[in-house]
Amino acid sequence: MAHAEAVEHGHHAPEAAHEALAHHFDNLEQQREAGALGMWVFIAQEVMFFGGLFLAYLIYRMKYPEAFMAASNHLDWKLGTVNTAVLITSSLTMAMAVWATQVGRARRTQVLFMALTMLLGFVFLGIKVVEYSTKYRDGLIPIAGWFDPHFALPAGVTVQNFQMFYWIYFAMTGLHALHMIIGIAILIPIMWAAWRGRYSPEYHAPVEIFGLYWHFVDIVWIFLFPLLYLLGVHFHAGGGH
Amino acid sequence: MSNQPATEARGQEWRSRFPAVNYLNADYGIKSWLLTVDHKRIALLYLISISFFFAIGGAYAMAIRMELLTPQGDLMQSHTYNKVFTHHGIMMVFFFLIPSIPATLGNFLVPLMIGAKDLAFPKINLLSWYVYMVGAILTFAALLNGGVDTGWTFYTPYSTAFSNTYVVLAGVGIFITGFSSILTGLNFIVTIHTMRAPGMTWFRLPLFIWSNYAASLIMILGTPVIAITVLLVALERLAGIGIFDPRLGGDPVLFQHLFWFYSHPAVYIMILPSMGVISELVATFSRKPIFGYSFVAFSSLAIAVFGFLVWGHHLFASSQSVYAGMIFSIISFVVAIPSAVKVFNWTATLYKGSISYDTPMLYAFAFIGLFLIGGMTGLFLAALGLDIHVHDTYFVVAHFHYVMVGGTMMGYLGGLHCWWPKITGRMYPEGWARFAALVIFVGFNLTFFPQFLVGYMGMPRRYHAYPTDEPMWQVLHVMSSGGASILGIGMLIPVVYFVWSMRYGRFAPANPWPGTGLEWRTPSPPPTENFAVTPTVTWEAYEYRPMEETEVIGPGKTPDQPIGGQHPLNQAETEKRQ
Repeated sequence: MAHAEAVEHGHHAPEAAHEALAHHFDNLEQQREAGALGMWVFIAQEVMFFGGLFLAYLIYRMKYPEAFMAASNHLDWKLGTVNTAVLITSSLTMAMAVWATQVGRARRTQVLFMALTMLLGFVFLGIKVVEYSTKYRDGLIPIAGWFDPHFALPAGVTVQNFQMFYWIYFAMTGLHALHMIIGIAILIPIMWAAWRGRYSPEYHAPVEIFGLYWHFVDIVWIFLFPLLYLLGVHFHAGGGH
Repeated sequence: MSNQPATEARGQEWRSRFPAVNYLNADYGIKSWLLTVDHKRIALLYLISISFFFAIGGAYAMAIRMELLTPQGDLMQSHTYNKVFTHHGIMMVFFFLIPSIPATLGNFLVPLMIGAKDLAFPKINLLSWYVYMVGAILTFAALLNGGVDTGWTFYTPYSTAFSNTYVVLAGVGIFITGFSSILTGLNFIVTIHTMRAPGMTWFRLPLFIWSNYAASLIMILGTPVIAITVLLVALERLAGIGIFDPRLGGDPVLFQHLFWFYSHPAVYIMILPSMGVISELVATFSRKPIFGYSFVAFSSLAIAVFGFLVWGHHLFASSQSVYAGMIFSIISFVVAIPSAVKVFNWTATLYKGSISYDTPMLYAFAFIGLFLIGGMTGLFLAALGLDIHVHDTYFVVAHFHYVMVGGTMMGYLGGLHCWWPKITGRMYPEGWARFAALVIFVGFNLTFFPQFLVGYMGMPRRYHAYPTDEPMWQVLHVMSSGGASILGIGMLIPVVYFVWSMRYGRFAPANPWPGTGLEWRTPSPPPTENFAVTPTVTWEAYEYRPMEETEVIGPGKTPDQPIGGQHPLNQAETEKRQ
């Protein structure tokens, strides 16, 4: 029914017949532009959402610099570095997936790049699980009654200030991981559509728009990694590694 | 209305010329409403739900005014009173004022005004209503289960260490509702950018679109900050995490910063769309192009931008440094400039206009007067020294009610009357509507003007009792409570005649006032896809002629004709039904 109407309006009859064109758009180009702009606006919203936590981080890092360095020293910067590499690579494979649909590569190629992206996403989350469990082992889960570091804190650093870092660490990386999980969930139907050969040089907007989201989640991590992991690497007074 | 029989005849004529199928009767049944992706139907879903929560908020307001009739705290205990004013604020701010104009009139009018078939993301639009309802029901459940006593601002530590009420449930509800606002803003921005009809350039857009665009920017950039803040409060209560808890090294004032970073711009989410409505009404009912179109358009954006830089004026008495206070004070004064640009341009538009005093215009006049008082007293409060004196008094309460109720409510009611014929295809009863506008205006001023005085005398907000040795205080409070009753009755009258008019009102012509916007060039009520064919815009905004000329040759440069004539599908459908 929607197609019938679109054809009757008849501005772009051949294109308008595309099965993916929604009834209220004139043509696929307008639909793609709307979708992409929508994702950019959503990303702006996400920047502000994470922004509240970045502000909290900034204030408490200025307030308690020693505690933050000592606490950062107890994060595993090697695992963090590996995860950074994993995510950047997943951004590359995602860009390749967008490219493969744009130039109309075989659907096997499209799905392959998407599957690689998803796999790398799982690798990232797996490493995050390892890190979180280490924190649990060391008594660094910042929930009331649980937080009990199994080691001596450096002189002048209180447990509360040490805990503040971990509280922000878990809030930020937890929210980031949630975004990764949502991203992987969205990728599943896109892969399925790619497997059924839905995407073509003419119509590939969902892949492109999802790519924007995936790159954004990666960029959040690019900021989180140095802010959280690299504060204490050069500062060994706190012990640990 | 001056020419009722003529309008009546035109309404009948339009009815006969147009097919009977429109968005209201295109489909029937509860499912066709609850699963609709038509922006016009979703606007009506919002209209019904926000009216419900407005009524709840209004009932709490009446309870507050009853308690304050007497100086003694005799109707309720202080703890109950805390909950009552908290519930009033939560319901009114988060579930009525913020969605009010964008989600109802905005949803209905944005695609119509720019010549689009729908918003860019119709399903996300429907989702936003469901998200709103889920959030509203969760918060409402928290209130019914015993309520919240923190004040609508949820200040820490009232909301963390010192409250045993349903803060988390109410907070989660507000968190969720915030996303409905984000989704609406996202939809508006994308729609205005990508869905404009051919020829509808940015500077031909109705000013209602500009102001909703500016408000959408705030929804997009402000709401996520309150979302993360409420999330942190909930985590603090559930997991004992201390971002805002000084015992754990946190800072309660950080909450105030984060809260007002959203909640001050949120005031502009409420007022900007209302200003957009007023721009439409002033031009339409004085039959003149708006004075200084581009100034009015850019003043909306300026308010949105500066609105993000003034949150600190809520913290003059909260341990903020005096230098920060001075800067926030200056920037708060700067926001007055674009607001004043609007007021001056509206009055300049009225000058030598062919003014008609239909109900929407009465609300526009009310808006200009009340917003003037609300805005000017805002400058009192932005002044560092004076604010210390009136901080947390009824002066503040009166100020923000003048802006929010006197501003947003007047724009909302004026807009609802102006576009009611378009929404329902029926005229409301003009005499009753003018009477109600008068009652509301008198009731409003009687309620809130005495609060300026009692606040200036020192009556603090959020107290359920006040001293008896200040005789003027009770006099002013009795005036205020009496005014609230008048205002309450005034609000009920439109409810009655709007419902009545849906069945018994006269048929509305496509263009009853008449206006020059695209929304008036399609039948009332519009078909599901708004226009028979996508319109091409060849005229500037607000090309109005004086009424005498309008009656002879039409409202603007283009004749009083619908765009494209009969919709082929619509025609077939009509014949089938006959």
